[in-house]
Amino acid sequence: MTPPHLELRNLSCTRDERCLFAGLNARWEAGDLVQLLGPNGCGKSSLMRILSGVSREFEGEILWRGRKLQEQTWEFAQDLLYIGHQPGIKKSLTPLENLRWYASLSGSASDSQLIEALAQLGMAAYRDIPCGQLSAGQLRRVALARLYLSRAPLWILDEPFTAIDKPGVARLEARIEQQIQSGGLVLITSHQDLSLAGVKTLRLEDFRPGAGGLL
Amino acid sequence: MSQASTPGLMRGFAASFRRDLLIGLRHKGELINPLMFFIIAVSLIPLGVGPESQLLARLAPGVLWVMALLACLLSLDGLFRSDYEDGTLEQMLIQPQPLYLMVLSKVLVHWLLTGLPLTLLAPLLGLMLALPAQAYGTLCLSLFLGTATMSLIGAMGAALTVSLRRGGLLLSLIVMPLYIPVLIFGASAVSYALDTNPQSVPLAILGALLALSLALSPVATAAALRMSTNA
Repeated sequence: MTPPHLELRNLSCTRDERCLFAGLNARWEAGDLVQLLGPNGCGKSSLMRILSGVSREFEGEILWRGRKLQEQTWEFAQDLLYIGHQPGIKKSLTPLENLRWYASLSGSASDSQLIEALAQLGMAAYRDIPCGQLSAGQLRRVALARLYLSRAPLWILDEPFTAIDKPGVARLEARIEQQIQSGGLVLITSHQDLSLAGVKTLRLEDFRPGAGGLL
Repeated sequence: MSQASTPGLMRGFAASFRRDLLIGLRHKGELINPLMFFIIAVSLIPLGVGPESQLLARLAPGVLWVMALLACLLSLDGLFRSDYEDGTLEQMLIQPQPLYLMVLSKVLVHWLLTGLPLTLLAPLLGLMLALPAQAYGTLCLSLFLGTATMSLIGAMGAALTVSLRRGGLLLSLIVMPLYIPVLIFGASAVSYALDTNPQSVPLAILGALLALSLALSPVATAAALRMSTNA
Protein backbone atom coordinates (compact mmCIF):
# COMPACT_ATOMS: atom_id res chain seq x y z
CA MET A 1 0.00 0.00 0.00
CA THR A 2 1.18 3.53 -0.74
CA PRO A 3 2.82 5.16 2.27
CA PRO A 4 0.64 7.68 4.07
CA HIS A 5 0.67 11.09 2.54
CA LEU A 6 -1.92 13.80 2.36
CA GLU A 7 -2.21 16.16 -0.55
CA LEU A 8 -4.45 19.18 -0.93
CA ARG A 9 -5.07 20.55 -4.40
CA ASN A 10 -6.54 23.98 -4.88
CA LEU A 11 -8.70 23.64 -1.79
CA SER A 12 -11.11 26.42 -0.97
CA CYS A 13 -13.83 26.83 1.58
CA THR A 14 -16.65 29.32 1.84
CA ARG A 15 -18.78 29.81 4.92
CA ASP A 16 -21.81 32.10 4.98
CA GLU A 17 -20.69 33.80 1.74
CA ARG A 18 -17.33 34.55 3.31
CA CYS A 19 -14.33 32.92 1.69
CA LEU A 20 -12.14 31.47 4.45
CA PHE A 21 -9.31 30.29 2.26
CA ALA A 22 -8.76 29.59 -1.42
CA GLY A 23 -6.13 28.04 -3.64
CA LEU A 24 -4.68 26.00 -0.81
CA ASN A 25 -2.07 23.54 -2.09
CA ALA A 26 0.01 21.39 0.20
CA ARG A 27 1.59 17.98 0.46
CA TRP A 28 2.57 16.28 3.69
CA GLU A 29 4.40 12.99 4.02
CA ALA A 30 4.62 10.34 6.69
CA GLY A 31 6.66 11.64 9.59
CA ASP A 32 5.50 15.23 9.24
CA LEU A 33 4.12 17.27 12.08
CA VAL A 34 2.09 20.14 10.70
CA GLN A 35 0.87 23.03 12.80
CA LEU A 36 -1.90 25.17 11.36
CA LEU A 37 -1.54 28.79 12.33
CA GLY A 38 -3.78 31.77 12.00
CA PRO A 39 -5.92 34.15 14.02
CA ASN A 40 -9.27 33.13 15.47
CA GLY A 41 -11.93 32.59 12.87
CA CYS A 42 -9.54 32.18 9.97
CA GLY A 43 -10.84 28.71 9.19
CA LYS A 44 -8.46 26.37 11.02
CA SER A 45 -11.24 24.30 12.50
CA SER A 46 -13.14 24.36 9.21
CA LEU A 47 -10.08 23.01 7.41
CA MET A 48 -9.68 20.29 10.02
CA ARG A 49 -13.32 19.30 9.71
CA ILE A 50 -12.94 19.15 5.94
CA LEU A 51 -9.77 17.08 6.08
CA SER A 52 -11.28 14.64 8.55
CA GLY A 53 -14.35 14.13 6.40
CA VAL A 54 -16.84 15.61 8.86
CA SER A 55 -17.67 18.44 6.51
CA ARG A 56 -17.93 17.98 2.78
CA GLU A 57 -18.52 21.59 1.87
CA PHE A 58 -15.36 22.47 0.01
CA GLU A 59 -14.00 22.86 -3.47
CA GLY A 60 -10.83 21.27 -4.73
CA GLU A 61 -9.33 17.89 -4.09
CA ILE A 62 -8.01 16.05 -1.07
CA LEU A 63 -5.89 12.98 -1.71
CA TRP A 64 -4.90 10.43 0.90
CA ARG A 65 -2.31 7.86 -0.18
CA GLY A 66 -2.76 9.25 -3.69
CA ARG A 67 -6.50 8.60 -3.91
CA LYS A 68 -9.40 10.96 -3.49
CA LEU A 69 -11.07 10.99 -0.10
CA GLN A 70 -14.55 10.46 -1.49
CA GLU A 71 -13.50 7.25 -3.22
CA GLN A 72 -12.21 5.57 -0.10
CA THR A 73 -14.24 6.79 2.85
CA TRP A 74 -14.05 3.44 4.61
CA GLU A 75 -10.28 3.02 4.24
CA PHE A 76 -9.71 6.62 5.21
CA ALA A 77 -11.91 6.27 8.29
CA GLN A 78 -9.67 3.45 9.47
CA ASP A 79 -6.54 5.51 8.91
CA LEU A 80 -7.81 8.56 10.75
CA LEU A 81 -8.01 9.71 14.31
CA TYR A 82 -9.75 13.08 14.60
CA ILE A 83 -10.27 14.85 17.87
CA GLY A 84 -12.26 17.98 17.31
CA HIS A 85 -12.98 21.12 19.21
CA GLN A 86 -15.68 19.31 21.15
CA PRO A 87 -14.05 16.28 22.73
CA GLY A 88 -16.83 13.82 21.86
CA ILE A 89 -17.13 12.47 25.37
CA LYS A 90 -20.54 11.60 26.82
CA LYS A 91 -21.00 13.24 30.19
CA SER A 92 -23.32 10.59 31.55
CA LEU A 93 -20.82 7.81 30.91
CA THR A 94 -17.59 7.10 32.75
CA PRO A 95 -14.21 7.54 31.02
CA LEU A 96 -13.89 3.79 30.66
CA GLU A 97 -17.33 3.42 29.05
CA ASN A 98 -16.57 6.27 26.68
CA LEU A 99 -13.32 4.74 25.53
CA ARG A 100 -14.88 1.29 25.25
CA TRP A 101 -17.24 2.58 22.57
CA TYR A 102 -14.47 4.18 20.53
CA ALA A 103 -12.32 1.08 20.90
CA SER A 104 -14.98 -1.31 19.67
CA LEU A 105 -15.77 0.87 16.67
CA SER A 106 -12.24 1.04 15.36
CA GLY A 107 -10.83 -2.36 16.16
CA SER A 108 -10.55 -3.88 19.57
CA ALA A 109 -8.98 -3.18 22.90
CA SER A 110 -9.34 -4.91 26.24
CA ASP A 111 -10.34 -3.05 29.37
CA SER A 112 -6.81 -3.30 30.71
CA GLN A 113 -5.51 -1.54 27.58
CA LEU A 114 -8.13 1.18 28.04
CA ILE A 115 -7.16 1.67 31.68
CA GLU A 116 -3.51 1.76 30.63
CA ALA A 117 -4.33 4.51 28.13
CA LEU A 118 -6.17 6.50 30.81
CA ALA A 119 -3.24 5.98 33.18
CA GLN A 120 -0.90 7.56 30.62
CA LEU A 121 -2.70 10.84 31.20
CA GLY A 122 -3.23 10.30 34.91
CA MET A 123 -6.92 9.53 34.57
CA ALA A 124 -6.96 5.88 35.66
CA ALA A 125 -8.26 6.74 39.12
CA TYR A 126 -11.26 8.49 37.59
CA ARG A 127 -12.24 5.66 35.28
CA ASP A 128 -15.54 4.91 37.01
CA ILE A 129 -16.67 8.46 37.70
CA PRO A 130 -19.26 9.93 35.30
CA CYS A 131 -17.55 12.42 33.00
CA GLY A 132 -20.09 15.09 33.95
CA GLN A 133 -18.29 15.40 37.28
CA LEU A 134 -14.87 15.93 35.73
CA SER A 135 -13.23 19.28 35.01
CA ALA A 136 -12.75 20.60 31.47
CA GLY A 137 -9.11 19.59 31.45
CA GLN A 138 -9.88 16.12 32.72
CA LEU A 139 -12.59 15.72 30.11
CA ARG A 140 -10.09 16.57 27.39
CA ARG A 141 -7.62 14.13 28.88
CA VAL A 142 -10.21 11.38 28.55
CA ALA A 143 -10.68 12.25 24.88
CA LEU A 144 -6.93 12.41 24.33
CA ALA A 145 -6.44 8.99 25.91
CA ARG A 146 -7.54 7.78 22.48
CA LEU A 147 -4.10 8.81 21.23
CA TYR A 148 -2.64 5.96 23.26
CA LEU A 149 -5.03 3.43 21.74
CA SER A 150 -4.88 4.57 18.15
CA ARG A 151 -3.01 2.73 15.46
CA ALA A 152 -4.17 5.17 12.80
CA PRO A 153 -1.37 6.81 10.79
CA LEU A 154 -3.15 10.16 10.40
CA TRP A 155 -4.02 12.26 13.40
CA ILE A 156 -5.98 15.48 13.12
CA LEU A 157 -6.08 17.29 16.43
CA ASP A 158 -8.00 20.53 16.83
CA GLU A 159 -6.67 22.49 19.79
CA PRO A 160 -5.80 19.37 21.77
CA PHE A 161 -4.04 21.26 24.56
CA THR A 162 -6.97 23.46 25.57
CA ALA A 163 -7.38 23.34 29.35
CA ILE A 164 -4.49 20.88 29.75
CA ASP A 165 -1.79 21.71 32.33
CA LYS A 166 1.91 21.95 31.48
CA PRO A 167 2.99 18.44 32.54
CA GLY A 168 0.04 17.09 30.56
CA VAL A 169 1.09 19.02 27.46
CA ALA A 170 4.62 17.61 27.79
CA ARG A 171 3.27 14.05 27.94
CA LEU A 172 1.09 14.60 24.91
CA GLU A 173 3.95 16.12 22.95
CA ALA A 174 6.00 13.03 23.74
CA ARG A 175 3.18 10.85 22.39
CA ILE A 176 2.93 12.98 19.24
CA GLU A 177 6.67 12.69 18.72
CA GLN A 178 6.42 8.93 19.06
CA GLN A 179 3.67 8.88 16.42
CA ILE A 180 5.79 10.95 14.04
CA GLN A 181 8.79 8.71 14.50
CA SER A 182 6.78 5.61 13.80
CA GLY A 183 5.79 7.05 10.42
CA GLY A 184 2.59 8.84 11.28
CA LEU A 185 1.35 12.17 10.07
CA VAL A 186 0.00 14.66 12.59
CA LEU A 187 -1.95 17.81 11.86
CA ILE A 188 -2.49 20.05 14.81
CA THR A 189 -3.85 23.47 15.64
CA SER A 190 -2.60 25.12 18.77
CA HIS A 191 -2.16 28.65 19.95
CA GLN A 192 0.72 27.50 22.13
CA ASP A 193 4.17 27.00 20.67
CA LEU A 194 5.02 23.36 20.29
CA SER A 195 8.32 22.37 21.86
CA LEU A 196 8.91 19.71 19.25
CA ALA A 197 11.59 19.70 16.58
CA GLY A 198 10.81 19.86 12.89
CA VAL A 199 7.34 21.37 13.06
CA LYS A 200 6.08 22.42 9.66
CA THR A 201 3.71 25.32 9.75
CA LEU A 202 0.88 26.35 7.51
CA ARG A 203 -0.29 29.93 7.80
CA LEU A 204 -3.88 29.89 6.79
CA GLU A 205 -4.16 33.68 6.42
CA ASP A 206 -1.71 33.44 3.49
CA PHE A 207 -4.46 31.75 1.53
CA ARG A 208 -7.16 34.23 2.33
CA PRO A 209 -8.35 36.23 -0.66
CA GLY A 210 -7.62 39.92 -0.15
CA ALA A 211 -9.82 42.84 0.90
CA GLY A 212 -11.99 41.22 3.52
CA GLY A 213 -12.51 38.14 1.41
CA LEU A 214 -16.07 38.98 0.48
CA LEU A 215 -17.26 37.22 -2.61
CA MET B 1 -1.73 -1.05 6.94
CA SER B 2 -1.07 -1.38 10.62
CA GLN B 3 -4.65 -2.11 11.63
CA ALA B 4 -4.51 -5.42 13.48
CA SER B 5 -8.19 -6.20 13.36
CA THR B 6 -10.89 -4.92 11.09
CA PRO B 7 -13.86 -3.69 13.09
CA GLY B 8 -16.85 -5.94 12.61
CA LEU B 9 -20.27 -4.53 11.79
CA MET B 10 -22.09 -6.46 14.47
CA ARG B 11 -19.49 -5.60 17.09
CA GLY B 12 -19.82 -1.94 16.24
CA PHE B 13 -23.60 -2.10 16.32
CA ALA B 14 -23.58 -3.98 19.64
CA ALA B 15 -21.17 -1.46 21.15
CA SER B 16 -23.29 1.49 19.98
CA PHE B 17 -26.45 -0.17 21.22
CA ARG B 18 -24.97 -0.90 24.64
CA ARG B 19 -23.71 2.66 24.94
CA ASP B 20 -26.96 4.29 23.84
CA LEU B 21 -28.96 2.10 26.20
CA LEU B 22 -26.66 2.98 29.08
CA ILE B 23 -27.00 6.70 28.35
CA GLY B 24 -30.77 6.36 28.04
CA LEU B 25 -31.07 4.55 31.34
CA ARG B 26 -28.92 7.15 33.13
CA HIS B 27 -31.23 9.99 32.08
CA LYS B 28 -34.17 8.83 34.14
CA GLY B 29 -36.00 12.15 33.96
CA GLU B 30 -36.13 12.19 30.18
CA LEU B 31 -37.20 8.55 30.28
CA ILE B 32 -40.20 9.16 32.50
CA ASN B 33 -41.35 12.40 30.85
CA PRO B 34 -43.27 10.93 27.88
CA LEU B 35 -44.76 8.18 30.03
CA MET B 36 -46.01 10.67 32.61
CA PHE B 37 -47.48 12.79 29.84
CA PHE B 38 -49.26 9.74 28.44
CA ILE B 39 -50.70 8.72 31.80
CA ILE B 40 -51.77 12.21 32.83
CA ALA B 41 -53.29 13.18 29.48
CA VAL B 42 -55.29 9.96 29.12
CA SER B 43 -56.51 9.96 32.70
CA LEU B 44 -57.82 13.52 32.27
CA ILE B 45 -60.17 12.43 29.48
CA PRO B 46 -62.74 10.64 31.69
CA LEU B 47 -62.70 13.63 34.02
CA GLY B 48 -63.45 15.98 31.17
CA VAL B 49 -65.88 13.86 29.20
CA GLY B 50 -67.71 12.21 32.07
CA PRO B 51 -67.86 8.65 33.31
CA GLU B 52 -70.25 7.35 30.66
CA SER B 53 -68.54 4.09 29.71
CA GLN B 54 -70.24 3.71 26.32
CA LEU B 55 -68.93 7.06 25.15
CA LEU B 56 -65.47 6.49 26.64
CA ALA B 57 -65.13 3.13 24.93
CA ARG B 58 -66.01 4.83 21.62
CA LEU B 59 -63.35 7.50 22.20
CA ALA B 60 -60.69 5.19 23.64
CA PRO B 61 -58.93 4.04 20.43
CA GLY B 62 -58.46 7.58 19.13
CA VAL B 63 -57.55 9.06 22.49
CA LEU B 64 -54.97 6.38 23.30
CA TRP B 65 -53.41 6.66 19.87
CA VAL B 66 -53.30 10.46 19.76
CA MET B 67 -51.77 10.64 23.22
CA ALA B 68 -49.20 7.96 22.39
CA LEU B 69 -48.29 9.92 19.26
CA LEU B 70 -47.87 13.15 21.20
CA ALA B 71 -45.84 11.41 23.91
CA CYS B 72 -43.57 10.01 21.22
CA LEU B 73 -43.21 13.44 19.61
CA LEU B 74 -42.35 14.97 22.98
CA SER B 75 -39.39 12.66 23.42
CA LEU B 76 -37.86 13.16 19.98
CA ASP B 77 -36.19 16.52 20.31
CA GLY B 78 -33.28 15.24 22.35
CA LEU B 79 -32.54 12.23 20.17
CA PHE B 80 -29.36 13.64 18.63
CA ARG B 81 -29.08 16.94 20.53
CA SER B 82 -26.50 15.91 23.12
CA ASP B 83 -24.43 14.10 20.49
CA TYR B 84 -24.41 17.24 18.41
CA GLU B 85 -23.39 19.43 21.32
CA ASP B 86 -20.60 17.30 22.76
CA GLY B 87 -18.98 16.39 19.44
CA THR B 88 -19.98 12.73 19.44
CA LEU B 89 -21.95 13.26 16.25
CA GLU B 90 -18.82 14.39 14.39
CA GLN B 91 -17.10 11.27 15.61
CA MET B 92 -20.01 9.10 14.48
CA LEU B 93 -19.71 10.50 10.97
CA ILE B 94 -16.08 9.54 10.53
CA GLN B 95 -15.98 6.10 12.09
CA PRO B 96 -15.35 3.08 9.87
CA GLN B 97 -18.79 1.85 10.94
CA PRO B 98 -21.69 2.86 8.70
CA LEU B 99 -23.77 5.72 10.06
CA TYR B 100 -26.85 3.68 9.14
CA LEU B 101 -26.19 1.18 11.92
CA MET B 102 -25.39 3.83 14.50
CA VAL B 103 -28.62 5.63 13.68
CA LEU B 104 -30.50 2.35 13.85
CA SER B 105 -29.07 1.65 17.29
CA LYS B 106 -30.13 5.08 18.51
CA VAL B 107 -33.65 4.63 17.16
CA LEU B 108 -33.90 1.14 18.60
CA VAL B 109 -32.93 2.44 22.03
CA HIS B 110 -35.37 5.32 21.69
CA TRP B 111 -38.15 2.88 20.91
CA LEU B 112 -37.19 0.50 23.73
CA LEU B 113 -37.27 3.37 26.22
CA THR B 114 -40.37 5.22 25.00
CA GLY B 115 -42.41 3.25 22.45
CA LEU B 116 -42.30 -0.06 24.24
CA PRO B 117 -43.24 1.32 27.69
CA LEU B 118 -46.07 3.29 26.04
CA THR B 119 -47.30 0.09 24.42
CA LEU B 120 -47.18 -1.79 27.72
CA LEU B 121 -48.96 1.02 29.57
CA ALA B 122 -51.74 1.34 27.01
CA PRO B 123 -53.95 -1.58 28.22
CA LEU B 124 -53.93 -0.15 31.73
CA LEU B 125 -55.09 3.20 30.43
CA GLY B 126 -57.54 1.39 28.17
CA LEU B 127 -59.13 -0.01 31.31
CA MET B 128 -59.51 3.53 32.59
CA LEU B 129 -61.35 4.44 29.37
CA ALA B 130 -63.61 1.38 29.63
CA LEU B 131 -62.15 -0.16 26.49
CA PRO B 132 -63.74 -3.61 26.01
CA ALA B 133 -61.39 -6.50 26.68
CA GLN B 134 -61.49 -7.85 23.12
CA ALA B 135 -59.58 -4.77 21.85
CA TYR B 136 -56.54 -5.05 24.17
CA GLY B 137 -54.62 -7.39 21.93
CA THR B 138 -55.08 -5.20 18.88
CA LEU B 139 -54.31 -2.07 20.88
CA CYS B 140 -50.96 -3.48 21.99
CA LEU B 141 -50.07 -4.88 18.61
CA SER B 142 -50.97 -1.69 16.75
CA LEU B 143 -49.01 0.48 19.19
CA PHE B 144 -46.09 -1.96 19.05
CA LEU B 145 -45.85 -1.51 15.28
CA GLY B 146 -46.88 2.14 15.30
CA THR B 147 -44.49 3.45 17.97
CA ALA B 148 -41.56 1.75 16.23
CA THR B 149 -42.56 3.45 12.97
CA MET B 150 -42.93 6.77 14.76
CA SER B 151 -39.47 6.47 16.34
CA LEU B 152 -37.97 5.82 12.91
CA ILE B 153 -39.82 8.69 11.22
CA GLY B 154 -39.12 11.01 14.13
CA ALA B 155 -35.40 10.36 13.85
CA MET B 156 -35.42 12.00 10.42
CA GLY B 157 -37.03 15.12 11.83
CA ALA B 158 -34.70 15.15 14.81
CA ALA B 159 -31.69 14.86 12.52
CA LEU B 160 -32.89 17.70 10.30
CA THR B 161 -33.45 20.06 13.22
CA VAL B 162 -30.50 19.07 15.40
CA SER B 163 -28.42 22.13 14.55
CA LEU B 164 -31.21 24.59 15.33
CA ARG B 165 -31.35 26.12 18.77
CA ARG B 166 -35.09 25.76 19.13
CA GLY B 167 -36.01 23.06 16.69
CA GLY B 168 -38.96 21.68 18.64
CA LEU B 169 -41.74 23.38 16.72
CA LEU B 170 -40.15 22.78 13.32
CA LEU B 171 -39.61 19.16 14.27
CA SER B 172 -43.34 18.76 14.97
CA LEU B 173 -44.21 20.39 11.66
CA ILE B 174 -41.88 18.11 9.73
CA VAL B 175 -42.87 14.93 11.44
CA MET B 176 -46.61 15.40 11.95
CA PRO B 177 -47.75 14.86 8.33
CA LEU B 178 -45.76 11.62 8.23
CA TYR B 179 -47.36 10.47 11.47
CA ILE B 180 -50.90 10.90 10.15
CA PRO B 181 -51.09 7.61 8.19
CA VAL B 182 -49.74 5.75 11.21
CA LEU B 183 -52.35 7.38 13.42
CA ILE B 184 -55.21 6.68 11.02
CA PHE B 185 -54.43 3.01 10.55
CA GLY B 186 -53.45 2.47 14.18
CA ALA B 187 -56.58 4.01 15.62
CA SER B 188 -58.81 2.32 13.05
CA ALA B 189 -57.30 -1.08 13.85
CA VAL B 190 -58.38 -0.64 17.46
CA SER B 191 -61.86 0.64 16.48
CA TYR B 192 -62.27 -2.31 14.11
CA ALA B 193 -61.53 -4.63 17.01
CA LEU B 194 -64.45 -3.05 18.88
CA ASP B 195 -66.84 -3.77 16.04
CA THR B 196 -66.62 -6.95 14.12
CA ASN B 197 -64.64 -5.57 11.20
CA PRO B 198 -61.46 -7.48 10.34
CA GLN B 199 -58.64 -5.58 12.02
CA SER B 200 -56.00 -7.48 10.06
CA VAL B 201 -56.08 -4.98 7.17
CA PRO B 202 -55.02 -1.85 9.11
CA LEU B 203 -52.53 -3.96 11.09
CA ALA B 204 -51.00 -5.24 7.87
CA ILE B 205 -50.69 -1.66 6.61
CA LEU B 206 -49.04 -0.65 9.90
CA GLY B 207 -46.60 -3.52 9.41
CA ALA B 208 -45.88 -2.36 5.88
CA LEU B 209 -45.30 1.21 7.09
CA LEU B 210 -42.85 -0.13 9.66
CA ALA B 211 -40.98 -2.17 7.06
CA LEU B 212 -40.82 0.81 4.74
CA SER B 213 -39.56 3.21 7.38
CA LEU B 214 -37.09 0.64 8.71
CA ALA B 215 -35.52 0.45 5.27
CA LEU B 216 -35.60 4.14 4.36
CA SER B 217 -35.54 6.21 7.52
CA PRO B 218 -32.00 5.39 8.76
CA VAL B 219 -30.64 6.30 5.30
CA ALA B 220 -32.49 9.60 5.31
CA THR B 221 -31.54 10.25 8.93
CA ALA B 222 -27.87 9.61 8.21
CA ALA B 223 -27.98 12.01 5.26
CA ALA B 224 -29.76 14.63 7.36
CA LEU B 225 -27.15 14.30 10.11
CA ARG B 226 -24.37 14.87 7.59
CA MET B 227 -26.19 17.94 6.33
CA SER B 228 -26.72 19.31 9.83
CA THR B 229 -23.05 18.99 10.77
CA ASN B 230 -21.77 20.37 7.49
CA ALA B 231 -22.26 24.03 8.32
